[in-house]
Amino acid sequence: MTQANVAAGSCADTPVLRQRGQHEVFCGLTSIIWLHRKMPDAFFLVIGSRTCAHLLQSAAGVMIFAEPRFGTAILEETDLAGMADAQTEIDLQVERLLSRRSDIKRLFLVASCPSEVIKLDLETAAQRLSRMHAPKVRVHAYSGSGIETTFTQGEDSCLAAMAADLPTGTDDGLLVVGALPDVVQDQMMNLLDRIGVPNVKILPHADSSNPPAIGKNTKIALVQPFLGETATALERAGASRIVAPFPFGEKGTTAWLIAVAEAFGISAQHVLNVTEAARNRARHAVSKEAEALTGRTVFFFPDSQLEIPLARFLTTECGMTALEIGSPYLDRRLMAPDLAEIPQGPVISEGQDVEKQLDRARAAKADLTVCGLGLANPLEAEGMTTKWAIELVFSPVHFYEQAGDLAGLFARPLRRRALLEVNA
Amino acid sequence: MKLSVWTYEGPPHVGAMRVATAMKGLHFVLHAPQGDTYADLLFTMIERRNHRPPVTYTTFQARDLGSDTARLFRESCLSAYERFKPEALLIGASCTAELIQDDPGGLGAAMGLPIPVIPVELPSYQRKENFGADETFFQITRALAKSLPRTKTVSANLIGPTALGFRHRDDITEVTALLEDMGIAVNVVAPFDATPSDIARLGAAHFNVLMYPETGEAACRWLERTFDQPFTKVVPIGVGATQDFVQEVADISGATARLDTSRLRLPWYSASVDSTYLTGKRVFVFGDGSHVITAARIAKSEMGFDVVGVGCYNREMARPVRALAKELGLEALISDDYLDVEAAISEASPELILGTQMERHIGKRLGIPCAVISSPVHVQDFPARYAPQMGVEGANVIFDTWVHPLVMGLEEHLLAMFREDPEFHDAAGPSHHGHSAPLPPVEENPKPQVASGDVIWLESAQKELRKIPIFVRGKARRNTEAFAASQGAQEISVELLYEAKAYYAR
Repeated sequence: MTQANVAAGSCADTPVLRQRGQHEVFCGLTSIIWLHRKMPDAFFLVIGSRTCAHLLQSAAGVMIFAEPRFGTAILEETDLAGMADAQTEIDLQVERLLSRRSDIKRLFLVASCPSEVIKLDLETAAQRLSRMHAPKVRVHAYSGSGIETTFTQGEDSCLAAMAADLPTGTDDGLLVVGALPDVVQDQMMNLLDRIGVPNVKILPHADSSNPPAIGKNTKIALVQPFLGETATALERAGASRIVAPFPFGEKGTTAWLIAVAEAFGISAQHVLNVTEAARNRARHAVSKEAEALTGRTVFFFPDSQLEIPLARFLTTECGMTALEIGSPYLDRRLMAPDLAEIPQGPVISEGQDVEKQLDRARAAKADLTVCGLGLANPLEAEGMTTKWAIELVFSPVHFYEQAGDLAGLFARPLRRRALLEVNA
Repeated sequence: MKLSVWTYEGPPHVGAMRVATAMKGLHFVLHAPQGDTYADLLFTMIERRNHRPPVTYTTFQARDLGSDTARLFRESCLSAYERFKPEALLIGASCTAELIQDDPGGLGAAMGLPIPVIPVELPSYQRKENFGADETFFQITRALAKSLPRTKTVSANLIGPTALGFRHRDDITEVTALLEDMGIAVNVVAPFDATPSDIARLGAAHFNVLMYPETGEAACRWLERTFDQPFTKVVPIGVGATQDFVQEVADISGATARLDTSRLRLPWYSASVDSTYLTGKRVFVFGDGSHVITAARIAKSEMGFDVVGVGCYNREMARPVRALAKELGLEALISDDYLDVEAAISEASPELILGTQMERHIGKRLGIPCAVISSPVHVQDFPARYAPQMGVEGANVIFDTWVHPLVMGLEEHLLAMFREDPEFHDAAGPSHHGHSAPLPPVEENPKPQVASGDVIWLESAQKELRKIPIFVRGKARRNTEAFAASQGAQEISVELLYEAKAYYAR
């Protein structure tokens, strides 16, 4: 993907449809489900309501852990009476938690809708608690509330809070930003190592005692499209952001790796040489799955902000046509390279009025509708084929070795519908 | 503030949604921030509902807080009314909206919609899901039910089944059949599948069957006060309870008590010799109060189990559950703290847990089999097949469900006989469970001659200990060590092991 391809026939300048109404999306607390796994020494303490606790439990689907590394301090009637009490209560809860869980080195106080509405100051609480529990435990605060964040923005908000707390350094190196499943992260590190990118660090870092340093020589590359606030925080600390499409599919991954390599003075040709076998594998795997996708249409409801990069993958690598690409929030700064690759035609929408969008989805009659779990079964019952968006967030889908799996996630609902001979 | 890791009940507005989603022709406008829509997926995924819950969320964001969330609420009500044309509108607020005090009830009433607008108060910081369902259905009933002449023939309303309820769908069929066999017609089932105009007809029934006290009691009490409709107190889960229910219905309605037992299999299955192995199996019963009370009775009197622990997570049912525990000579565990429940189960070392999906996870970790008897629910609790809990078929279903996780009778003998053979080691578990067989707790394989506290286990005693069934071995070990300590013994021999056993035998 080169600048030459950015032609008039793309979505680069498509006007955005913005509507206001019911949003059928998760709040930012949901991202705790994958974030806590990337930071084995961290605990996420939501200061919220029974609803927050219920959401985390429902989003996690099953309760795999006896005592997970996340929990909710549920506000009660007495806490709502006075602020001073609430701060003391937080200290008490944290004290109790830390005395029982000596493995915790990082504690995140996560703000929720109710804690924000009553203006509970968690920043101050975090500073106070950091002093109280230093040097053993570092306490951060961020917001995962639904009034401030949508689903994956919770990760952005968390990483931005961590970014503000990183040490400064002068090393020339790459900081990869975004939580990835371990298997994908290892593959990525291996690729960057073979390409020869120096001093590669990752945010979020797994070990709190070994944080990456940030300085004016640091270059950052995002692997997730929803990390705008984090990018800004890192840029403020002097780092420079590498502009690239996101590493989905063979083309996205190659373009991402070339952009990173060039930022370190490594040639594109070298990247192509090093990745030749992996690119061939990815192309082959995608082409097999794409048989079910080529010539079909797709409609994206807003969910995770992955919609635009995934629509790029489906349209340029799997032969699909996008009818609408909905995103909960559209950060043009980060999305421009992917938008420039998507052929003109689809409606690009930001935010949601779910009833009106459902009307559009029914009228569009796409072959595949990508949507949240609240909408999937009702739309299937109406005869539409759907793909649950949340699986795209929870599954390993980045980089070469997952390109075929990613295409497969979209192909499976279509193959399944073709298999079933009894009418629902 | 109270730290919670896993919860048994959602917030009260989820209870309200269970009522609204169960009904037809009703729409619920919920003043709530973005993100609270997660609740939709409970219904569309866990229960596989093929329609979205009839709920419009105002989904306000931070920027709306500074301006006018009340206007947003009014607009949401109007557009929901225009789009869905419901017979009645239910309005309420979730936890965050409760804090911004827009008074949705007042706003809704002032809009002048040509349909009944029913406000419901859902105190999120004090109460929980069951309260929310009970209160919502009560408010709907109070707003819509009318005084009517009784039906010519004897009829009853079935009160309490909701969306996302544990086997509610099939219990309705079973209870309807129980009543039909006595010549009693069902007037209205509510809230399940009822429309607002059905609610208006509640008053025509001669009495109410309160299927689930958790979600229908407030409405039944109001109907009793207002329309002089008596309601049933017995929940017909289990053979004895079903018989009592039939008698209670006869007493209330004047109909002749009649129960068709031609397809009732639990009593014979329980009496047949293969079930001998069920005798005195130690069970721990935990769930919502109503299901726990019925399950404990079945466990004790219909399966021949030994109930070693009992409790419920809904405080509203604490009193009857405590009374039941007292009868059983136990201390009731009334708690919605999952870690407390896990600790209590671990301490009691039961051979079977009768619990909720939460206890199923506890059982997995402790290596104790579990059968699910109550909400909170999981996609597994909505089977495609007919699987009621109530009535005759419910009793049959319960026998199968509870026995399935256990090692079968004959199989248990074989396990004892071939204990030393590699295929039949303790950890193998029931053969019909394949690879999901529960693994024993790690601590159960102590090395010979290992000191435990101050006492030393002799190798022969260790060997003897391993012959004790794995699910009680932990307890036997602890009891023996405590006994040894009380006797001032330094070593545990086989003899001491059996002395301890005799000492603790009741």
